Amino acid sequence: MTLPTPSPYPNPETQGFWDATTEDRLLLPRCTACEFVIWYPREHCSECGSSDVEWFEASGTGSVYSFSVTRRMPGRWGKAAPFVLAYVELDEGPRLLTNVVDCDPETVSIGQRVELVWHETEDGPKLPRFRPVD
Amino acid sequence: MTIRGKAFIAGVYEHPGRDLPDRTLPQIHLDVAAGALADAGLGFGDVDAYYSAGDAPGFGNLSMAEYLGLDVTYVDNTETGGSSYLVHIQHAAAAIAAGHVKVALITLAGKPRTGGAPPGGSQRGGGAPEAAFENQFGMSVPGGYALAAQRHMYEFGTTSEQLAEVKVAASIHASHNPHAFLPDAVSVEEVLASPVVSDPLHRLDCCVITDGGGAVVLVAPEVAATLDRHCVPVLGTGTAVKHTNNGRIDLTHTGAVRSGPLAFAEAGLTPADIQYASIYDSFTITVLITLEDLGFCEKGEGGRFVSDGNLQAPFGGLPFNTDGGGLCNNHPANRGGMTKVVEAVRQVRGEAHEAVQVPDCELALAHGTGGSLATRMGSSTLILGRSL
Repeated sequence: MTLPTPSPYPNPETQGFWDATTEDRLLLPRCTACEFVIWYPREHCSECGSSDVEWFEASGTGSVYSFSVTRRMPGRWGKAAPFVLAYVELDEGPRLLTNVVDCDPETVSIGQRVELVWHETEDGPKLPRFRPVD
Repeated sequence: MTIRGKAFIAGVYEHPGRDLPDRTLPQIHLDVAAGALADAGLGFGDVDAYYSAGDAPGFGNLSMAEYLGLDVTYVDNTETGGSSYLVHIQHAAAAIAAGHVKVALITLAGKPRTGGAPPGGSQRGGGAPEAAFENQFGMSVPGGYALAAQRHMYEFGTTSEQLAEVKVAASIHASHNPHAFLPDAVSVEEVLASPVVSDPLHRLDCCVITDGGGAVVLVAPEVAATLDRHCVPVLGTGTAVKHTNNGRIDLTHTGAVRSGPLAFAEAGLTPADIQYASIYDSFTITVLITLEDLGFCEKGEGGRFVSDGNLQAPFGGLPFNTDGGGLCNNHPANRGGMTKVVEAVRQVRGEAHEAVQVPDCELALAHGTGGSLATRMGSSTLILGRSL
């Protein structure tokens, strides 16, 4: 079953992130003062307090930090079950809440290598999801 | 500076209802407020401080103070989800210790069964900065806790059977509670045979969803001295916020790693001193990880610690949630912190059900977890004594 792709409703602080997704680019914010890679996107560094933050393009690869096969849930997500909810640790460091897709949910495992896939939403921006790397 | 001897719990009340279609939310706040004040031997006119959280309707404390007819000079709406009421006790004790007030009322009420609130889903507001980076991916309450459980299993070898042991102990306790929503004892096999909601959590790893509520009355020592009721001293308190830590979340621990040591230090006690523990039990994994974080066992040893009846009253190593907890008794408003405190007070008063009363219970702990193990949480620990 196809996963829902709800709009992320970009706001002034996240517009740059979501605009880049329309070009299939995953941008991450990085603090130019302490070089920490920030997640979720924000215009200040919550590590050092700097407001000097720049975007850079992530590699789009990482590994599964944790996951759960959701089998029962109310609403439209329940209709898409079973689906894989996961934290993926990007090779750049941050752990993103996402989905692992394009695979048998029963085969997903912690530590598994994954790569980015994009799922278009109804109003333009795309959602970053991940699939196993063979 | 310690809170010991400066504030006492004089009254507690747990609403007996689990399905309350004919009571409004304000009426349930009224029911529990009246119950806790009656337990203390006090009246609404004695209250000079009022505390409520996100479950209070309308303008929160203002609407409820008006409805209840309170004349208060101190209010606090601290909202940390299900742990809010333990934080309120910490704040109320501090306000009493500072001399601001003498009688503090804390209430919780909810109608998730009959009030129309949807179960299970995570519907956080669109204004939250994290919303677009979580809600877009099918995050749910069980799903989030399942992420924590899966990682704990991966790092420490924790098993579904060990998680089920937590439910089994709670269900045995609930079998002695005439108000329990799920009154039947269950086996490890029955837990594992229940449908999987989000791997690795089964339906019976999840707490119940009930209407109901509870309330606590805290008083100054000079008020306690005038009451006929057994007033329970607050010995230690601790609160901590844990969040996703700028994308580096560690799913294997909770904010209890900080709130616990703060509370123990204030009380001048260690985990080995505690004879009874009310541990927030939104899910079985919540209990297992929290026990580790509070120092009842080493990190990663929670699975072994909860096995072999160790949590079962009255003779397990650490009897827990002797009312049946959120897993079996009730979880009013999807917020379990209040009832954790109520049962801990019953234990140190010697007023738990005789089948689960811990003999000579002098020291008890209550711990609340609000929010989610998978994202952001408010953790709060309370240590209570039978006497000073």
